[in-house]
Amino acid sequence: MGRVVVDVMPKPEILDPQGKAVASALPRLGFTGFTGVRQGRRFELTVDGPVTDEVLANVREAAVTLLSNPVIEDVVRVAEMPEEADEGADA
Amino acid sequence: MSHVAAPPPPSARPAADARIGVVTFPGTLDDRDAARAVRLAGATPVSLWHADEDLHAVDAVVLPGGFSYGDYLRAGAISRFAPVMQSVVDAARGGMPVLGICNGFQILAEAHLLPGAMIKNDHRTFVCREQTLRVENIDTAWTHEFTRGEQITIPLKNQDGQFVADESTLDELEGEGRVVFRYVGWNPNGSRRDIAGITNAAGNVVGLMPHPEHAVEPGFGPDGPNGPRTGTDGLRFFTSALTALLHT
Repeated sequence: MGRVVVDVMPKPEILDPQGKAVASALPRLGFTGFTGVRQGRRFELTVDGPVTDEVLANVREAAVTLLSNPVIEDVVRVAEMPEEADEGADA
Repeated sequence: MSHVAAPPPPSARPAADARIGVVTFPGTLDDRDAARAVRLAGATPVSLWHADEDLHAVDAVVLPGGFSYGDYLRAGAISRFAPVMQSVVDAARGGMPVLGICNGFQILAEAHLLPGAMIKNDHRTFVCREQTLRVENIDTAWTHEFTRGEQITIPLKNQDGQFVADESTLDELEGEGRVVFRYVGWNPNGSRRDIAGITNAAGNVVGLMPHPEHAVEPGFGPDGPNGPRTGTDGLRFFTSALTALLHT
């Protein structure tokens, strides 16, 4: 089973209210020294069989069609997730 | 209902012949209020289902508010690909009047029928209030019964109401007079240039965050000049569409 990771972030020029909310909560918990937080989204898409170039191309298209809205968000990563990392994450 | 009192010219169709569809997605909340508004305006409301691509011969479509598909992914992002939306997009491109209210506006933006997008309110909280708007464009299918510059009050309730677009898109909207409504008194969500609603170049597609369908009947609307809950400014969205349909 192959797995592809897609990371989506709000565009730098777009205010990120969720990130701001997290940023203001951190110091209240004693996590100081952070000058900003931006919150994005991570998708993991699984396929039967290996992650081929065709699969990656398909994911890239899905990423800009549905997974992100190019008006407000950037797709910052589309990458195959190594098998070991998969198992590690499940452990 | 003084707004619709003018007798129709003999050649016009009977008002009830005008069929205005109201789409229900999973998670839509305001479809019944929207259908009621259509009926109070004098037209016939037609329920449309998200999974049915058939528009059932409607003359116009309202995409009502709510949290379609739970607002999962992004508000309106999944609804945009619902079977009914493929038909709505085609019909809108062909000139059919389409009104998107709140979540409906978000869906129209995701469907690229209107530019820009909505993100979370800048103050990060849900807002529910009676909101004053200035009507900036009365040349659309949904606003021609207003007067330019008129201030109206209708309810506003949203979490993801902050309209954003890049500067060139905003300049284009302003330059072409496509800002239809602007917030007056207080910008309730950080929306760029106080924009509450916009239209497409043809003027048949309008989207706005506030809710006209909640201000159509005395006793149930916002406070108005004649007393508490007497505001019916929202009704003219629907009577505008109705007269536009009857005279085309």
